[in-house]
Amino acid sequence: MIDVDIEQRLGSFDLKVAFRAEAPIVGLFGRSGSGKTTVVNALAGTSRPRRGRIVVNGETLFDSARAIDLPPNKRRLGYVFQDGLLFPHLDVESNLLYGLRRAPAAVRVIDPEHVIQLLGLKALLHRLPDKLSGGEKQRVAIGRALLAQPRLLLMDEPLASLDVPRQSEVLRYIEQLRDDLHIPIVYVSHAVGEITRLADTVVLLADGKALAYGPVDEVMGRIDLRPHTGRYESGSVLETVVAAHDLSYGLTTLRFDGGELVVPNVEALVGERVRVRVRARDVSLALAHPEGLSVLNVLPATLVAIATEEGPIVDVQLRVGKLPLTARITRRSMHELALREGQQVYALIKAVSLDRRSVGYA
Amino acid sequence: MPSGVELGIIVLSLKVALVGVACSLPPAIFFAYVLARTDFPGKTLLDALVHLPLVLPPVVVGFALLLLFGNKGLLGAWLADWFGIVFAFRWTGAALAAAIMGFPLMVRAIRLSIAAIDRRLETVARTLGGSRVWVFASITLPLALPGIVTGGLLSFARSLGEFGATITFVSNIPGETETLPLAIYTFVQTPGGDAQALRLSLFAVVLSIAALIASEWLTRRSRKTAGADDRR
Repeated sequence: MIDVDIEQRLGSFDLKVAFRAEAPIVGLFGRSGSGKTTVVNALAGTSRPRRGRIVVNGETLFDSARAIDLPPNKRRLGYVFQDGLLFPHLDVESNLLYGLRRAPAAVRVIDPEHVIQLLGLKALLHRLPDKLSGGEKQRVAIGRALLAQPRLLLMDEPLASLDVPRQSEVLRYIEQLRDDLHIPIVYVSHAVGEITRLADTVVLLADGKALAYGPVDEVMGRIDLRPHTGRYESGSVLETVVAAHDLSYGLTTLRFDGGELVVPNVEALVGERVRVRVRARDVSLALAHPEGLSVLNVLPATLVAIATEEGPIVDVQLRVGKLPLTARITRRSMHELALREGQQVYALIKAVSLDRRSVGYA
Repeated sequence: MPSGVELGIIVLSLKVALVGVACSLPPAIFFAYVLARTDFPGKTLLDALVHLPLVLPPVVVGFALLLLFGNKGLLGAWLADWFGIVFAFRWTGAALAAAIMGFPLMVRAIRLSIAAIDRRLETVARTLGGSRVWVFASITLPLALPGIVTGGLLSFARSLGEFGATITFVSNIPGETETLPLAIYTFVQTPGGDAQALRLSLFAVVLSIAALIASEWLTRRSRKTAGADDRR
């Protein structure tokens, strides 16, 4: 449980952020300059808010009214920076153990052997940081933060300085440690893809304010927040369970509250939870159930809202079962189909449009 | 090979320079850290004060030391009464003069290397549970080591060549305060002393080169531990 209510002035920039989140992974999402890093620094105790309160798992880390301000070394929050920031004069092993050696014996629950194995660091232990690749550095940084036995892990754009293959490598490791160590994570990013793949709860920051917070599919699916979540990236997130594999075609059926989705290339086992991000532009609409069509996923849906903005492109908010889904169509199609709120339609999603990067472990 | 007297002069010079460097190192690291990492009103003044020995004529520094640390000086009398430390006309005074003259060079080198350290490394170390003092000892200090070595050498070289402040403050007493430059000066002033002056000058050259080589080696070693170089 993270309860943040802080005010801070940074030059001409006024930050006033309040949110409350309880989830394995809380996403802190916003454009650069929205105040994400300021919030993380306030959490970590490396910058002091002018006023406010920060409570993590019932422990007050900062409260201006009660004059509580724990120094960073007493807060036990593992901070993973964008570029790793390994200590250049220490080898990987000493980097990993730096925090562990300072942690009180009573709170030592995360075992070095386990972390080294989990993050695949065995072969790197005696190397110096400048002999590591970007992805390796980031894994060591995560391991180092974990071994300081934190009550919460803060990750500030941990993938931003990595190329795409390294990003998915590190993402896999983050998903593994979430499932394995049950450490809550505050994950900061300006990339919708990372937030929707990892986070359960999202806090949307813009211009130093928390505009919205709540379940990731709810916040990211809201049409009124789209100027901040981004138009190009807009889409929806479906929480699903693997129902069956069709080995002859290499397809997987995912079941969710309200329907099924056929997707290629899923590595998860039957029964495992996976999260699928469907881009709005990959969703088409039909008034009747179409016949003779190559599209595998035809889902009955209710039209909930139509975005009011001008321009040739319109986003339509649907509900499939209990889950929200956004479709992006042209204004002309909207008029020709005479779409209106409350209407029953069919949402069409090509299985091919759901690539490996849109599916992650939940 | 140096004669007995010459050897005495060389040993005294080395002793004065080494003690000067060793004693000024801790305060130099302190001021370098303060100047590199903190911001406070009057910082410019402190900066100027630290640099004063670099821009003042050495004789003025020597005279100031005489006024402050002389037997009747403000601090000199107090130190002698309470701690039995006497600077006036002793080799300790020569070491003090050397330390003061080398101080700005030392602070500058260390300050540069501290300023070059990514502050976020210290922040990370703090979030990993390190107290301020521990972070300074385990992160800042090792990473600043190349600068500390360079600063130490610069100050050492400056101390070996120190003349003006030393002769003003502690005079030119053979066996007590007569370091290499002072001895060379004495021989040059003595009729027929040119050959001796030349010999001592050659020793000065040898000493300086040895110091340079030693510092090269130390810098390379400290870079290795600071991680700027490959360890294997």
